[in-house]
Amino acid sequence: MAKFDRARFDVLVIGGGPAGLAAASRAGQHGATVGIVDDNPKLGGQIWRATCEQEHPQTARWSEQLRRANVTVFAGTRVLHQIEPGVLLAEQMQSAHELRYDKLVLATGARERFLPFPGWTLPNVFGAGGLQAMVKCGLPVIGKRVLVAGSGPLLLAVAAYLRNCGARILMICEQTSARALAQFGLSLWREPAKLAQAFRLKKDLAGIPFATRSWPVEAHGSEALESVAISRGGKGEAIACDYLACGFHLIPNTELAALLGCTIENGYVSVSDLQETSVPGVFCAGEPTGIGGVELALIEGQIAGLVAAGQIADARQLSRQRRKALCFARGLEQTFKLNPELQKLAKAETIVCRCEDVTYSRLRPYHSWTAAKLQTRCGMGACQGRVCGPATQFLFKWNPDSVRPPIFPARVESLALRATAATNS
Amino acid sequence: MPERVTVTVNGARVDVACGSTVAVAMILAGQPCRASVNGESRGPLCAMGICFECCVAINGVPHRRSCQVFCENGMEVRTDG
Repeated sequence: MAKFDRARFDVLVIGGGPAGLAAASRAGQHGATVGIVDDNPKLGGQIWRATCEQEHPQTARWSEQLRRANVTVFAGTRVLHQIEPGVLLAEQMQSAHELRYDKLVLATGARERFLPFPGWTLPNVFGAGGLQAMVKCGLPVIGKRVLVAGSGPLLLAVAAYLRNCGARILMICEQTSARALAQFGLSLWREPAKLAQAFRLKKDLAGIPFATRSWPVEAHGSEALESVAISRGGKGEAIACDYLACGFHLIPNTELAALLGCTIENGYVSVSDLQETSVPGVFCAGEPTGIGGVELALIEGQIAGLVAAGQIADARQLSRQRRKALCFARGLEQTFKLNPELQKLAKAETIVCRCEDVTYSRLRPYHSWTAAKLQTRCGMGACQGRVCGPATQFLFKWNPDSVRPPIFPARVESLALRATAATNS
Repeated sequence: MPERVTVTVNGARVDVACGSTVAVAMILAGQPCRASVNGESRGPLCAMGICFECCVAINGVPHRRSCQVFCENGMEVRTDG
């Protein structure tokens, strides 16, 4: 029988990536009782994911601050539901938790955007960050032939990382144009740190073909991936490979914010310059407010943590840095905007909803996400539309608007335990 | 050399680096994680707990995301029901 726990915090932070770590440690430094929750078994988020050998140095640094501030860490814990305002229900493998808070900081990060193309459901087709995470979690890639494709700066970082782990990177296919990239590159002169990073990557990536206006057209293989047909600047090419690492930039995780009733505009959680959402006492920091990278996430996280702990003057001192980092975020969005040609990648029989095996042709007749859900079960599976939602938004301009609790598949026991505990108290 | 741990996937032993996730053991075992609604083989996609493509049964507990669970010596992983 699983156990049921209750805990109460002045500030509760959801998400243990850069924004969440910064928020929790800043709030904790100012005497607030703080809890931090993450679905992953270790803190650090995706960007500071640990390898088998060691914790990421940045995670280690921030975790030390959490320890000094007596922050309670709930790793391997997923938030399911808001029981009532100020109370969240979460579960771990063996337990359910009622988490009460005065102030809540949402630092739920981002996931990769996946676009359907024939063969994208074959084993060994991963997300770009997905394959990097697998390698960090112990997958050996020495001598493996890897095609990196999709969009966004993550592709370069992933290719460099995999190469350093011994993979043979055959090519990087970036969907955006060389022109858009050049414009973005020029704007980096205003961001010396990012420019240095780009140059470092350039050395790591030397000799790897980098193709713009290029994308996978079809993945082939009988039981698992064997080769990928790509469109390279309009021309077809076939590439035999062991792994495809493919992600089309990032999508913010806004499910919890939506469940709490926070205003979301154009896919991002609306916040004030003090990271306040439209719901009093609820703050949001990092990628859910706009894809901006780690520097912006750290600044926003610190602001959210400070304001949640009542340190508004200290938070305001970060405003200038925040504004500067926001300019970079806007540049990212423009540069890696998806080419409408990618809407043609999915063919009639291509699966769009992987959980329920719903094909493109079955979705085509519907005019909304809700209608498609009701008629085809698209988005009704275990991922709850986290993969096919952003895909159908791009393919059909649907707005995946309905978020229902529990926001992750939950054990009935977790829901029942809370009900039992409430009756007994 | 990092320490190794051994798990079984559908009864077959798989040796992985200590700290590896079960999803990694699945790839090394050459086994898909699940069969889709229409019977297609599926393996990990996002590796961060979002897509649920890597769900397997671990020590008798069904529907666990193998990318979110670290391998432990003697762990039994099954995908065959």
